[in-house]
Amino acid sequence: MMSSNAGPTLRFLCPNGHLGFAPIKVPSFELGVATRPDFILADSGSDDIGPVPLGTDTSTSPKEWQRHDLEHMLLAARKLGVPMLIGSAGDTGTNSRVDMYVQMIRDIAAQHRLKPFKLGYFYSEVPKGYLQAKMSSGEAVEGLDGRGDLTPQELEATARIVAVAGVHPYLELLNRGADVIIGGRSSDAVIFAAPAIRAGYPESLAYYLGKVLECASFNAEPYAGKESVIGEIGFDDVKVTAMHPDQRCTIASVAGHAMYERSNPFYEYVAGGMLDMTDCRYEQYDERTTRVTGPRFVRADKVRVKLEGSGKVGERYMGFAGVRDPYTIARIDEVIGWAKQQVRERFGEPESAGYELHYQVYGRDGVMGEMEPLRDSPGHELGIMVFGVAPTAEMAEEVTLTGTRQMFYARLPDVKGTAGGVAFPLDEVTRVSPAYRWTLNHTVAVADPLELFELHTAEVGLAAAGSGGR
Amino acid sequence: MASRKLSELAKTIRSKNAGVDRITFDVIFRDRANYELVKGSGVLSRASVAELYRIDPARITDFVAYDPAFAIKFTILRGRPSGSAGDSDIFGAQQYAPLLSVEVPVD
Repeated sequence: MMSSNAGPTLRFLCPNGHLGFAPIKVPSFELGVATRPDFILADSGSDDIGPVPLGTDTSTSPKEWQRHDLEHMLLAARKLGVPMLIGSAGDTGTNSRVDMYVQMIRDIAAQHRLKPFKLGYFYSEVPKGYLQAKMSSGEAVEGLDGRGDLTPQELEATARIVAVAGVHPYLELLNRGADVIIGGRSSDAVIFAAPAIRAGYPESLAYYLGKVLECASFNAEPYAGKESVIGEIGFDDVKVTAMHPDQRCTIASVAGHAMYERSNPFYEYVAGGMLDMTDCRYEQYDERTTRVTGPRFVRADKVRVKLEGSGKVGERYMGFAGVRDPYTIARIDEVIGWAKQQVRERFGEPESAGYELHYQVYGRDGVMGEMEPLRDSPGHELGIMVFGVAPTAEMAEEVTLTGTRQMFYARLPDVKGTAGGVAFPLDEVTRVSPAYRWTLNHTVAVADPLELFELHTAEVGLAAAGSGGR
Repeated sequence: MASRKLSELAKTIRSKNAGVDRITFDVIFRDRANYELVKGSGVLSRASVAELYRIDPARITDFVAYDPAFAIKFTILRGRPSGSAGDSDIFGAQQYAPLLSVEVPVD
């Protein structure tokens, strides 16, 4: 099935674009494993999930789903005797998430009595003191996407920071003989690029391979998530093949994927350089395979590492109310204004009192807010979600309860219904996750690309119980 | 002049986060003909998209036509970073809907 041009190639199996977020589909993974790939790899993280998991140091994915994927991948990799690489452990790639995945690997190895293998892992968390020292020495922590340089105040407001690794820690752990790697926060593409670069393939094709594989079957059609794909790197091309019998990697699906989740379809930035896809050429190689040539990689003069940071805003509660009266729907901003005023009379202005009160009006502009072109033509009923954020849970509860319940008492001049202005499915408010915000979307220059990452190796498996070390 | 909706001409119309501060929009066509038709019509431009979404054109950070994928792509700065209190679309995945009904003039 997998043919290739003359010259040695390496084949990379990716079953999941965000390991743990939803379980892999096992049949297409097994089809991929049966073709005897040289590596099995997946990224497990994303900043798509918002700032709360990083801030609270939790996963957004259930432990069972994470373990499910790790178990299938580890058993297949050890059976084939090929390396397995996982990046951005546990959604955020914090130290606790790396430790959790390392323990899962140990547990799975013990449960299945796997033969000994070498486990490599690295941490990505960045101490605030490190950045304070950089800033004190006059080294700016530069903002991305229009943000200004990091200020001491914003650093102080930050709960947790991770550095986004390039290929460097993966290369070093492979050099140390790691059979399985659990990475802290990493750029998706570098997990794939590192083994290809180490094997001597051009950086341009290695990073492109990573870029095209990192979301697994999102580069194939028809649309289907969590199905396996295989990328094959040669010395002058990358080929990508869908493993699910009903999926194909087409020119449209592969080229379309190059721009997925990126501001711009031409450039992909990683620590150490930039992948330039401007001159990529795509051709249909066989029914399910697309061949890509022509990417370039431009090395950076100085390595800058991306930083992600999350800071706590406050405790958060949620309330909900519905509206059916068309007169009230037409005046919903007055209703919300009344409720906000009652909160203001109790606590003062939001800025000075340190609280936030947000309304999302579903049926009008709940999804798009001010960008909604149809916000002047609301539906026949509205659902209003209320979020209150405050320094303490008690205050957040009262802000949210006042902001929700007072809509019931809004004083509209000509309303026919004088027994309550909104409908409550619950006459209470609910505590939800604390509110966090992205405080860092920045980069910092490093002298040594490894200086932000702490590397470890350990022997795992039968007869290796209890051993380990740096 | 006759016109057709963008949703009838494009294969894919989607939105998604591009990092924590931006949302990117992809309009992808199955074939060159429809791609060139829409690209040449001018109905998708920095100005038209800013008007459609009621935003300052300065918030559109990128606007490109990407020939290899028969795609038109633009990126906007978010009003607030993803997942902040008050953000209603953490993934930025449901912001594309107004594009579906953009009218494209056809001969």
